[in-house]
Amino acid sequence: MRRRRLFDLAIAGATVLALTFLLLPLVAIFLRVPLGKLVSQLWSDVAVDALVVTLETNAIAQALILLVGTPTAYFIATRRFRGRALAITLVELPLVLPPAVAGLALLAAFGRLGLLGSTFDVLGITVSTGTKTAVILAVAYVASPFYIRGAIASFESLDKPLLDASRTLGAGPARTFFRIALPLAAKGLGAAAALSFARGIGEFGATIMFAGSLQGVTQTLSLAIYAQFDLDFDVALSLGALLVVVCAAILFTVKLLPAWTRSSSTSVYPFAPSGSS
Amino acid sequence: MDALELDFGLPLRSFRLELALALGRETFALVGPSGAGKTTVLRAVAGLAKPEHGRIRLGGEVLFDSAAGIDVPPEDRRVGFVFQDYALFPHMTVAQNVAYGARGRAAELLERFRIAHLAGARPGELSGGERQRVGLARALAREPGVLLLDEPLSALDPHTRAALRLELRELLDELDLPVLLVTHDFHDAAVLADRVAALADGTVRQVGTPSELIAAPADAFVASFTGANVLAGVARSGAGGLTEVALAGGGVVYSVDEAVGDVEVAVYPWDVSISREPPDDSALNHVRGPITSLVVLGNRARVQVRGLVGEVTAASAERLGLREDEVVMASFKAAATRLVERAPTTSGR
Repeated sequence: MRRRRLFDLAIAGATVLALTFLLLPLVAIFLRVPLGKLVSQLWSDVAVDALVVTLETNAIAQALILLVGTPTAYFIATRRFRGRALAITLVELPLVLPPAVAGLALLAAFGRLGLLGSTFDVLGITVSTGTKTAVILAVAYVASPFYIRGAIASFESLDKPLLDASRTLGAGPARTFFRIALPLAAKGLGAAAALSFARGIGEFGATIMFAGSLQGVTQTLSLAIYAQFDLDFDVALSLGALLVVVCAAILFTVKLLPAWTRSSSTSVYPFAPSGSS
Repeated sequence: MDALELDFGLPLRSFRLELALALGRETFALVGPSGAGKTTVLRAVAGLAKPEHGRIRLGGEVLFDSAAGIDVPPEDRRVGFVFQDYALFPHMTVAQNVAYGARGRAAELLERFRIAHLAGARPGELSGGERQRVGLARALAREPGVLLLDEPLSALDPHTRAALRLELRELLDELDLPVLLVTHDFHDAAVLADRVAALADGTVRQVGTPSELIAAPADAFVASFTGANVLAGVARSGAGGLTEVALAGGGVVYSVDEAVGDVEVAVYPWDVSISREPPDDSALNHVRGPITSLVVLGNRARVQVRGLVGEVTAASAERLGLREDEVVMASFKAAATRLVERAPTTSGR
């Protein structure tokens, strides 16, 4: 009896310790400087420039990820082909790759002296260090696996007979994709996109290696925090606070999405056999 | 000319599906245990599964011909498919579901299937019977040349099942379309279909009307699938032109069918009578033993004696005072004792 209470106490204590450790630094950001000053620092040139660069590059990168990643995920999820497992592993590789290595690799591939650098020059696109294109590439490279992986899972969990039914009702593969697969997978795709967006917003390692840190051009919020760290700690803190708020908002959105799905009884299909057949 | 003609082979996980069937404007049921390849037949007709070789023809149109390299994609086949569980689109209303493949007659179909009042409802709000009607209306909206039904009654609870079975039968009769349905329930097939094919391990064992299959089951699989008692034994010709079968479980029975060697004896429960004393009727075969189980269902009682199930009226079960463990006599006529071949494989799955 006493031993059991001791055990309960021990695991509860560990939980309190872990939560405190994880939350304390985040709380500290907001406590170091008065809230009013924190907000006013956001109007400094560095902060505004970083915010604009971050939003602009991430908007383009996420658009590209959705545009290319969605069909990729649908293909991998619905077709059986040789090398499918390998394709999935390759998609996941950037997830575990150290960001510095990702930046180095992007430099070797797309940099002016890289594998495809001259090809891009011919196309009139300058990728090399110090361009927004480089930031977009870095963000797309590290963030896309989050989206594609989640999108594959949502497409795989679709009820296969629904896609078959669409075909027998005269809809070709394209109409089946747009009218059935996309709407039914939408919530999962949304959650995957939110995760990818969160990863992209906070991108640091690959961007600083590949694109550099030029204010107003390639300096995103994360890079600005690093740059302001030595110059004006208060600005760095206010940028950090902004990122904490944005990322927390994204996380809550992702957590809430499945709950909405469940509560809307009209779109639930209780007799559908579980999808992973 | 036959409306639907199939002749194809398709390798499945543990066996090959090989079949040749021709349907007219009739309701045709493929029956067999789960895993016999029934659904794959429907999928091949719809273009969702590709046979290895063979031909599928619907009316004058070739849907699949391996030799000619023809494989019409599903969306271009005039095939109406009602899926098991109906596969209604959950994000669309009933009206949108029916209109999805319609050629402008969705409203008329909603009226005809008595689902007009549900037009704005989502599939999640419907009862089993309503789902079935929506599934049928949606499949018929494209004016198909054949209607395919995959286990049309299996998603329903027993209560609604009996009522919907009759409703579905009336509906299929009105359609004047060739209908190919699959079911694992011979009773469903007998009510719904004009002709039945018994399928096991990918091959057709017997084709006929439901009563033909019961009157003369081709093998032990068909006999047991249609509800017969099946007992193993060894046959030799006996006196009076009868065949004498020594049962593997002990005892001897007689049959008017001719056979020699290993056979299976098939007896339908409604041909077995139960009595306390040896009956003085013409029944030649008697199995004596304790009642191992007694189940009363409505006005019928199913009595099991040494592996043999007999069906008597509940009234006579009561009159005889039947109870479990009591020794009784199960009797059946030699003419009701069918001798069938052992099933090629042990597919009593």
